[in-house]
Amino acid sequence: MTRLITTICLLALLCGCSVKPWVKPYERNKLADPIMTFNRDPISTSYINHVYEAREAARGAEEGQGGGCGCN
Amino acid sequence: MFGNMKYKHRLNRITKISAAIAAFVIAFPLTAAILPEDRFDALYHSYQGGGMDITGPSLMLRKLLGNSTSVLGKYYVDSISAASIDVITTASPYQEERNEYTLGVDYLQNKAILSFNYTDSEENDFLAQTFSFGVSQDFFGDLSTLSMGYSRGKDQIMRMTKIDGVKQLDPNFGTEHADRHKFRLGLAQILSKNIIASLNYELITDTGFLNNPYRQVRFADGSPSEFEEYPNTRSSNAVAFRIKYHLPYRAAISGEYRYFSDTWAIEASNYLVGYTHTIKDKWIIDLRYRSYKQSAASFYSDIFPSPNSQTYMARDKELSTFDNQTLGFSISYGLMQNGWKFIDRGSINFSYDYMTFDYHDFRDASVTGYPLGQEPLYSFSSNVMQIYFSAWY
Repeated sequence: MTRLITTICLLALLCGCSVKPWVKPYERNKLADPIMTFNRDPISTSYINHVYEAREAARGAEEGQGGGCGCN
Repeated sequence: MFGNMKYKHRLNRITKISAAIAAFVIAFPLTAAILPEDRFDALYHSYQGGGMDITGPSLMLRKLLGNSTSVLGKYYVDSISAASIDVITTASPYQEERNEYTLGVDYLQNKAILSFNYTDSEENDFLAQTFSFGVSQDFFGDLSTLSMGYSRGKDQIMRMTKIDGVKQLDPNFGTEHADRHKFRLGLAQILSKNIIASLNYELITDTGFLNNPYRQVRFADGSPSEFEEYPNTRSSNAVAFRIKYHLPYRAAISGEYRYFSDTWAIEASNYLVGYTHTIKDKWIIDLRYRSYKQSAASFYSDIFPSPNSQTYMARDKELSTFDNQTLGFSISYGLMQNGWKFIDRGSINFSYDYMTFDYHDFRDASVTGYPLGQEPLYSFSSNVMQIYFSAWY
């Protein structure tokens, strides 16, 4: 796995000079729209993550963070 | 000796991963990053289902100090009234409250954002402190954002019991401890003028007392129930991919997939599909469907043959085989679009989620009239509501 990451990064290093950003700043009006944000309302995302985290064994790689339990 | 070799091997692996990440970061030209917007949120939440009734407020404030520092304060409350299946089969319904406080600082340093967070969570039988550090950087003409983070959590676990009719901390249980380490790595990538995607990975390791201190296992031979016994270590990996596509009109579709596995042999995955629609620049409507499934922990069973039949035993339904489905929507209405006094704009929001949980090897032990271990499988549904006000200033 580590070798794969290193290989990809070395390839990226070699190709980095030739690949240029393909979306210009003036082409990003749709991307700048709040509806395109993954975590538009952090307070709500944090809450719903906590609801799932307390009831599922899976954890991690979510948007936002929570703590404690409140799940008995 | 063996432990030392293991440590060196782990250190070597961490060094290799760090080198790979460093190579990845310097592979692209760097550009500026932006601090989060100043905003205030006030939320009231309600969860009802499976015998649980949890409500409470949450407040969050974010403010820019100077040009390079943004501070965050958050307060969250869970007021819990519990008569869940776990409670009614082993104890009495109870009420309690959890308070959580978070303080955070985001600091813009050259072209990176450094984040520090501290969270304190308090219940009468559970105390948790978490320190987090994170760094994120935009690069490749702002098309990519790489983020890394580390969190350290320390938990203190106690148990409440009734002594002479008075509920108090169980002196026989004392105080147990758990340590948690979280390592995060994320990449957000603009793929086209309409598409953004992200890939997140998180490794979590826990050591210490990881049981729920109240839940018990039952035995087929008729022996009285005993408290669960979990391993005192757990490591888990989670990787999530998210994508959003802006439609030709002002609307978006989104997707998410997450895969999870841990050293307790639990494998889980969930996916989410969503649609966001806007009406006249003031209304934002979100529709979503989420599906989740998991396999059971290796030491989980609904019923064990007898005490001491195995070292670790759990009958915690969160460690069983189950799936859940969520169907939800949110409605947001924009307020003060032209500003009001010091507020630039605001919104009022309502969110509702209907969740169903279906367990495949956890039986409803509260049902009578069935032989032990042959009760119907347990299932329940929940209604989750949020109403919140947000203001940007």
